[in-house]
Amino acid sequence: MGAKTALYQEHLSLGAKIVDFAGWDMPLHYGSQVEEHYKVRGEAGMFDVSHMTFVDLNGARVREFLRYLLANNVDRLQTYGRALYTCMLNEQGGVVDDLIVYFLDEERFRLVVNAGTHDKDMAWIERHATAYDVTVNEITDVALLAIQGPDARHKVHHLLSDVQREKAQALVPFNAVETEGFFISRTGYTGEDGYEVMIPRDQVVDFWRRLHKAGVHPVGLGARDTLRLEAGMDLYSAEMDEETSPLEAGLKWTVAWEPLDRDFIGRKALEPQYNATPARKLVGLILDDRGVLRSHQRVILDGEVIGKVTSGSFSPTLGKAIAFARVPFDVGERVLVEMRGKQLPARVVKPPFVRHGKACFE
Amino acid sequence: MSNAPSHLRYTRSHEWIETISDGTYRIGISDHAQDLLGDMVFIELPEVGSTVSASDECAVVESVKAASDVYSPLSGEIIEINEALEDSPDLVNRDPYGDGWLFTVKASDSSELDELMSADEYVVLTNEE
Repeated sequence: MGAKTALYQEHLSLGAKIVDFAGWDMPLHYGSQVEEHYKVRGEAGMFDVSHMTFVDLNGARVREFLRYLLANNVDRLQTYGRALYTCMLNEQGGVVDDLIVYFLDEERFRLVVNAGTHDKDMAWIERHATAYDVTVNEITDVALLAIQGPDARHKVHHLLSDVQREKAQALVPFNAVETEGFFISRTGYTGEDGYEVMIPRDQVVDFWRRLHKAGVHPVGLGARDTLRLEAGMDLYSAEMDEETSPLEAGLKWTVAWEPLDRDFIGRKALEPQYNATPARKLVGLILDDRGVLRSHQRVILDGEVIGKVTSGSFSPTLGKAIAFARVPFDVGERVLVEMRGKQLPARVVKPPFVRHGKACFE
Repeated sequence: MSNAPSHLRYTRSHEWIETISDGTYRIGISDHAQDLLGDMVFIELPEVGSTVSASDECAVVESVKAASDVYSPLSGEIIEINEALEDSPDLVNRDPYGDGWLFTVKASDSSELDELMSADEYVVLTNEE
């Protein structure tokens, strides 16, 4: 028996197959994860992601603290509600976690971090916050729904108050607004347009039911994984972890190297690598043969193991298996992947695999 | 609880067996098995005309979750395969005992049938899992 979100009974009554995810009882799918995937690509789907960790940071020196804590630079956040994707590194340049940080006001920033890293993240943030007199408050009385897909925003707008709707409609991607108890963010983990909406826990069942009635399909963690994989988005503990540099996880773009005098945790360790050619990199793979790429499969070239698949699955949009793999930087256009005693050829590509609902590759 | 029609026989490895005519049997995977595996994405079937022995791996069902071997419950010759699965592997999910059948065997030793489980026995097994 794991922890349960406020929507657990809703999931059960919708026929969800429940699985353990980081100590939470979460819906894997509600019948067919492939169908759910298509709904998000073509219409609108909703995900209960209330198991994630929400942290508010308060204090006069909170921006200064985050400049030091995060590898991306919070000085890129200059307007209220703006969001930034970033890694939080350890002293060795490995990734403690990846997260989204929101600028709420000069003395208040909000973090959304992974459920699977809750304890170590909280300890890490608190440990470093003390020196900056920043208070760390985990928010536990809210639920988070992601509503994603080409029809998602439109469907949500209908369920909001006039004031909320006006503010939501004005949001450009990667921005959020607090309005009448809701925190509405134009972000997501699917490659589609949509919102992530933070709602008081006691209001979320009603909102979920109204979304469902409006034709928004419930979507489980199974489709969440294939959607993010198609969209070329990393998953913590698969593509990166404490032993992996963001430079070898396709996340160099999230490490703000300039200004050169900004010290952040992990900077010194990354220094020799940053302008050098890294030994390894993260690539996309596409399997044209029948079979499914899966994490931990070995990548082979000229009879030698050169890397491994970090995440893999069947892509409903492409109709074939896709994956991320970490391989030598100078890898060519083709490799072999070992599965079930066979070695099958895979194409090496640059993710994303799918953009705005359309396949980027044959 | 998953369903297991009483006119079929079953194996411990979750195949079902339907008697088509004397000596000819249709094979598929149970509702319980497809439910555990989730959405099917590829089905690899044996070649028509090939011979199999009981408990040989002779097909693979691959879902979003895992690839799983299918074992022939009976020895004999593969006389027909479900070609519709090539384009619609999801038939195994939608209709595991009907349109989602996998292959048909002409059995060389029908006494092997005695080793198989009844629906009641199979349901007991799946409830224990």
